[in-house]
Amino acid sequence: MHQDKVNDFVVRFANVNGTGSASANYLFAKAVFRMGIPVTPKNIFPSNIQGLPTWYDVRVSEKGYLGRREGVDFMVSVNPQSMPDDVRSVKEGGYFLYDSTKKLHPELIREDVNYIGIPLMEICNREFTDPRQRQLFKNIVYVGALAQLLGIEFSVLETLLAEQFNGKEKLIAPNIKALKLGAQYILDNYNYPIDLKLERRDLIGDKIMIDGNAACGLGAVYGGATVVAWYPITPSTSVVEAFEGYAKKMRIDKETGKHNYAIVQAEDELAAIGMVIGANWNGARSFTATSGPGLSLMNEFLGLAYFAEIPTVLIDVQRTGPSTGMPTRTQQSDILLAAYASHGDTKQVLLFPSDPKECFEMTADAFDLAELLQTPIIMMTDLDLGMNDHLSEPFVWDDKRKYNRGKVLNAQQLEEIPHFGRYLDVDGDGITYRTIPGTHPTKGSFFTRGTSRDEFAAYTEDGDVYARNMDRLLKKWDTAKDTVPGPYLYQKENKSPYGVLFFGTSTYSAEEAMDLMSQGNVSFDAMRIKAFPFNKTVEDFINTHEKVFVIEQNRDAQLRTLLVNELDASPQKLIRVLNYNGMPITADNIITQISKSLSPAKKLIYHQ
Amino acid sequence: MTYIRSQFRHPGLPKNDLGYTTKEYEGAISTLCAGCGHDSISGSIIQACFEMSIAPHRIAKLSGIGCSSKTPTYFLGHSHGFNSVHGRMPSVATGANMANRDLLYMGVSGDGDSASIGMGQFVHVIRRNLNMVYIVMNNGCYGLTKGQDSATADAGSKSKKGVANPFQPIDMAGLALELGASFVAQSFSGDKEQLIPLIKAAIDHPGFAFINVISPCVTFNNNPGSTKSYDYVREHVEATATVDFVPLKKEITTSYQKGTGTDIKMHDGSYIHLEKLADDLDPYDRLSAMNALQNARNKNEILTGLLYINPESTDLHHTIQTSDRPLNTLGQEELCPGSGVLEGINGELR
Repeated sequence: MHQDKVNDFVVRFANVNGTGSASANYLFAKAVFRMGIPVTPKNIFPSNIQGLPTWYDVRVSEKGYLGRREGVDFMVSVNPQSMPDDVRSVKEGGYFLYDSTKKLHPELIREDVNYIGIPLMEICNREFTDPRQRQLFKNIVYVGALAQLLGIEFSVLETLLAEQFNGKEKLIAPNIKALKLGAQYILDNYNYPIDLKLERRDLIGDKIMIDGNAACGLGAVYGGATVVAWYPITPSTSVVEAFEGYAKKMRIDKETGKHNYAIVQAEDELAAIGMVIGANWNGARSFTATSGPGLSLMNEFLGLAYFAEIPTVLIDVQRTGPSTGMPTRTQQSDILLAAYASHGDTKQVLLFPSDPKECFEMTADAFDLAELLQTPIIMMTDLDLGMNDHLSEPFVWDDKRKYNRGKVLNAQQLEEIPHFGRYLDVDGDGITYRTIPGTHPTKGSFFTRGTSRDEFAAYTEDGDVYARNMDRLLKKWDTAKDTVPGPYLYQKENKSPYGVLFFGTSTYSAEEAMDLMSQGNVSFDAMRIKAFPFNKTVEDFINTHEKVFVIEQNRDAQLRTLLVNELDASPQKLIRVLNYNGMPITADNIITQISKSLSPAKKLIYHQ
Repeated sequence: MTYIRSQFRHPGLPKNDLGYTTKEYEGAISTLCAGCGHDSISGSIIQACFEMSIAPHRIAKLSGIGCSSKTPTYFLGHSHGFNSVHGRMPSVATGANMANRDLLYMGVSGDGDSASIGMGQFVHVIRRNLNMVYIVMNNGCYGLTKGQDSATADAGSKSKKGVANPFQPIDMAGLALELGASFVAQSFSGDKEQLIPLIKAAIDHPGFAFINVISPCVTFNNNPGSTKSYDYVREHVEATATVDFVPLKKEITTSYQKGTGTDIKMHDGSYIHLEKLADDLDPYDRLSAMNALQNARNKNEILTGLLYINPESTDLHHTIQTSDRPLNTLGQEELCPGSGVLEGINGELR
């Protein structure tokens, strides 16, 4: 008995990198979004500019599941290179749309798959004369065909094209023509609609669709960043590009046309973080964005910023390591490197955003936190969050909010205090007062250094003075525990001996897994970590559960290590749930791993 | 060095336009070796800043790691200082300068700090023409780790252990010229008469001003056979001209006779007076400076003085069009677009 799948399937587009498929595929995803249906697009791309296979997965989910899901219900295959694999990855009873200008090789025919051949190249060569258009419009033709097959409202596509080509109106007509060519071909040759259906809903509300990197860039504008230094590295590059794009619109001095920001493309990541530290030291809010290899290089300077107590904001868009790893695949594998960045005893504050709204908020907050705590704040986002579009709650800014610059003394305050000691813990919270260069003619100057120093910033090799300073830094660390965002608890009080703990982009699939498992006989409590250091709530959650499943996307269970190390949590009760193949974790994967752990019998069978 | 310094200052010490004596420009007592060339350079920096009446708190002094990089502790005690990490001072200075274009950035580095571990940052800060003074205290060796050859040690120069250096040296001034530095000078720590006006001119220069100062290491590189010993440098130094820096406001009081030298007009109307300029050097012409430097090197001479200046130099702020107001003075009202704009952005993302 075959049932229609309404608003619940995965469409995969198999394209060649550099052929203009991205905007056509985005058009499809955005159309689903505009029809009020939750949608998650994911771009799976090679570390290459032109010529290699690239895929674009669009998961449509009426239930609002936004994580990745295995299994392709509908494959749009326009890349002969990857065709054998693409045929194989279609689910039984699924669809395979291909360019039938060239006959499909018999080996690519599966009995259990529905084939939809459209002579894309032939249509485009017939209908368009410009070689570039012939190439580009193949993509639009298949979107038109999909619209007809799945039931996308044509007016939605027309509106989207009108918006996209606002100011370049003459491009609208040929795009609409290409869409119609695709739709017409289906009308003439196939039965439609098929059993995969899109039906308008009202499930989006006021949500937006944006990638995490753009949200970080915008957050930095709102957070008051003025100096940006960076070195290009996938997948972080678009953070700074987004900052620049927004700054060009919002940060131009009206009278002079000059920039109320400075962006310096550094010679490497070492210089980038050095510039950020120099700017923050001098009283400007400054940040950089990088990925794993850059974070490795920045370790030396992160130690300086920790020890000399200089506010610093660093956005780490994690990718698959170690070394160069898979530069265009996602992972959460910089946790330990970031948490203890640099030699000696160091601890760094981390933030874990899980969606674009949090990318925006946490980036803006990071500048307050950095100045409050006078230490680096490292945003741990990742390629999946940073470079893919996500459905997100809209951005919010409270106009009553004031930047919190932390303990900075002005000239008048310097006049009023009896004496100034840069590293003197006046308030007992481990956080000391600083001054910005140029503040006062004779008071408040000090020497910033990475060497040990006393409370008045004078160089010292006195071991007691050194240890006193290290202890004060620990006191500051304790203060940080209740300054950084606490975890999000999914329940008011425990209702299960089992807890699930996750962070960042594992959240979508973890929530989906929780939802699906709650339909079975085992229930779980859940907690999402938003920052490091961990506060008491995190500790309590672990202590009050028999088992806690720690879901993360790396091989070595790095967050789990951090929990064991920092909270003295019992390693036996922290169960690893891992995914590290470079693709975002799925709910199915989580459920399988948790089930195995909970029913050893099944595990035994599995091992036979 | 002596560790006890008298707090007494002669009441009749001359005062500058700000009413300060040199005392306001001094730093802590040096802990470098007695007779270290670096201490003389610190003295010249103090004198230059004093004579130019620069408010000490409007100066930020920055350094990397090494003997040279320790010196900012020993001058300008009322200035903020930043002793960063090895070879990375240029990046910290770049960020600091981007944050506040109104301070004077005085960078101090050494040959290890700039010619080896920090070569990348040195090269790129020149490319960007960051507005700063960059002094390399160049002694051809690693002092703090007890005298290893550095990358600026001449081939054949003998270390204290008597071993001749087998590698070609990096010529910092030549490199700066090649990279397009807008101000390049070379001097000798023992020649304050030349060094002080050069530092003053460097301070006045609105771009990257580089001074390579040969500064003998008395402990590890002052032996016979070293080409950076006091004796060797004194014997082989060749000044391109006597140098005087004449600030705009003092123009009237100077008494150079017309036609006795070359005057280089600075952007603000000040000028550098070069008396008895070497025949083969035109300080406006980069190529001439590179030639003169190379010729001197062939003759085993150390050419000193102002080698090149671009009087039309601008700086990184000009290149990237940053606001005239220092970025660190902009308030939230100028920086944060507010909720209304954000609503518009949300709208575009639906």
